Amino acid sequence: MSELAVQVDRLTKRFGDFTAVDGISFEVRPGEVVGYLGPNGSGKTTTIRMLLGLLRPTAGRAEVLGFDVERQAEAIRPLVGYMSQKFALYDELTMAENLEFYAGIYGVPKGERRGRQQAVMDLVGLNGLGDARAGQMSGGWRQRLALAIALVHRPQLLFLDEPTSGVDPVARRIFWNTIDKLADDGATVFVSTHYMDEAEYCGRLGIMNGGRLLALDTPAALKRDTLPGPTWNLIVDRLIPALDALESLPGVFQVGLRGDHLHAITLAGEHSQHTLQSSLEGMGFSVEVESTDPTLEDVFMALAGDKAPSLD
Amino acid sequence: MALLEAIGLTKRFGSLVAVDDVSLVVQPGEAYGLVGPDGAGKTTVMRLLVGALSLDAGSVAILGQDLARHPEQARSSVGYLPQRFSLYHDLTVGENLAFFGSVRGIDRKTLTGRAAELLAFVGLTGFENRLAGVLSGGMKQKLGLACALVHRPSLLLLDEPTSGVDPITRQDFWQLIIRLLGDGAGVVVSTPYMDEAIRCSILGFMAAGRILTTGAPRSLLAPLAGRVLELRAEPRALAHQLCQADPDVEDVAQFGELLHLRLRGAAVFSGLQDGQATQLRLSSALAAGGVQVLGLRAIAPSLEDVFIATLQATALEARHE
Repeated sequence: MSELAVQVDRLTKRFGDFTAVDGISFEVRPGEVVGYLGPNGSGKTTTIRMLLGLLRPTAGRAEVLGFDVERQAEAIRPLVGYMSQKFALYDELTMAENLEFYAGIYGVPKGERRGRQQAVMDLVGLNGLGDARAGQMSGGWRQRLALAIALVHRPQLLFLDEPTSGVDPVARRIFWNTIDKLADDGATVFVSTHYMDEAEYCGRLGIMNGGRLLALDTPAALKRDTLPGPTWNLIVDRLIPALDALESLPGVFQVGLRGDHLHAITLAGEHSQHTLQSSLEGMGFSVEVESTDPTLEDVFMALAGDKAPSLD
Repeated sequence: MALLEAIGLTKRFGSLVAVDDVSLVVQPGEAYGLVGPDGAGKTTVMRLLVGALSLDAGSVAILGQDLARHPEQARSSVGYLPQRFSLYHDLTVGENLAFFGSVRGIDRKTLTGRAAELLAFVGLTGFENRLAGVLSGGMKQKLGLACALVHRPSLLLLDEPTSGVDPITRQDFWQLIIRLLGDGAGVVVSTPYMDEAIRCSILGFMAAGRILTTGAPRSLLAPLAGRVLELRAEPRALAHQLCQADPDVEDVAQFGELLHLRLRGAAVFSGLQDGQATQLRLSSALAAGGVQVLGLRAIAPSLEDVFIATLQATALEARHE
């Protein structure tokens, strides 16, 4: 078996004239948590479906857990778990009955089921809640049960599709702590999302747009390497006129509203705290400029926004 | 006069208190963000504000008009974009606008000019004859916004407007909202996402039907300034354990290869003001415990940090009561 959990080489999928996935290559090591960030239609789901052996690539190849996705798809499926944003739970069944049901579907041997079910309920922190009806549980608890279900057959590779959308931030943190525990034990986790809140938790993050993988690195490295220049917060008296003024300044890449202040990316070497301050003051604004850390949204806009360098 | 003054909103469904004494005020030019997880009561608040649900207690005034006593006048100033906004997929873009215009009682002649203006505003000029059903997600959402604006409301209620939308489309959508705010409109936005919340001028963090805390983003972030540290260390699991046990550390979270630590308020203010002393002490404590510290620095707190700190403090209070 290959040393890598996932190995993708120039993978391409075309539907008629439409190229959904365009020659992407990447590798994932066992125990990594890798995210895929991109809008709907950017090719995230098509990629995952090819990796699961559900769609035939038009060109290129991919190996998952050492198996070729085209020729050995049957060998891959029992080894992967999948949790979607819209997970299906049976509201009328208890938490434990839901888990039992899916353990059966995934073919967990009868003799192992009880122990296995107990282990995943422990792992996701649902101990003692087995008898509660699933329909009565709130979002955070249902999502933990969905994760338990995705894990009950001990998958080596876990696909998560927007797993924590809509749950509260505390529940989201607990969820990711569990994911990190799984990864520390050697499971590989692949997350697709279009939310920055979720993407921040990944060890490495791929930025997808228009079927292409624009970058793949740690969130820290993406923030360091992909922006055209530094980022600033501007606390200013009249927000909207200041936003317009700033957008028309040379050397300003992008400006956005951040509630009670503005957030700007400038081109490298074009502006300092002082030049931004004096330019705006010169136009009659009262302003305070702070240097700030870039966000993943800045990264995405820099790589895929309408001012990003053209792909072709 | 405030655009919206909602005081003490309360709504019960049987024994469940879905909305519990919620108050919010929106002035012209303000975007109020109602932030919270699914089930917190955000959509119920929206429905109370638009009069689609009746209040068990409290009052809503829109431009000074009481919603219960003068529903017609109050509602005429409100535009509402629900979470699942239904466009007619077998009607064209122009026909959808005309339909929502006629529902709002706008005469044909006025509507023709306004439709052109609204389509230009949302960037759909030239798509008048396209069927709504074949528009992309982002375009549907812009058409939804145009329909919600057809009667020129001063107050716009947006229920999770950019759920399922990519960052670029979201940015475009907010540019439109910014223009409306610049013209003196007010907006209430509900969202579970912090990257959306950060765009609002005032935030109310909601959980279990109540607003836990409210304020401008920067004033909510201020108490955490200097208290969130980013730690890069090996082995990470040991570093996590040691930090969790440290008396100055209130919370530890793992972000990929990094740990985020939240210091207790007193830890910063007992030491040097910027928390430098605590950082140094923590660094040597970790080293003494067998952890190699590769980097430790203060980072800007996020709204998520604020929300988590608020939820934890609320849970703590509840335990003390």
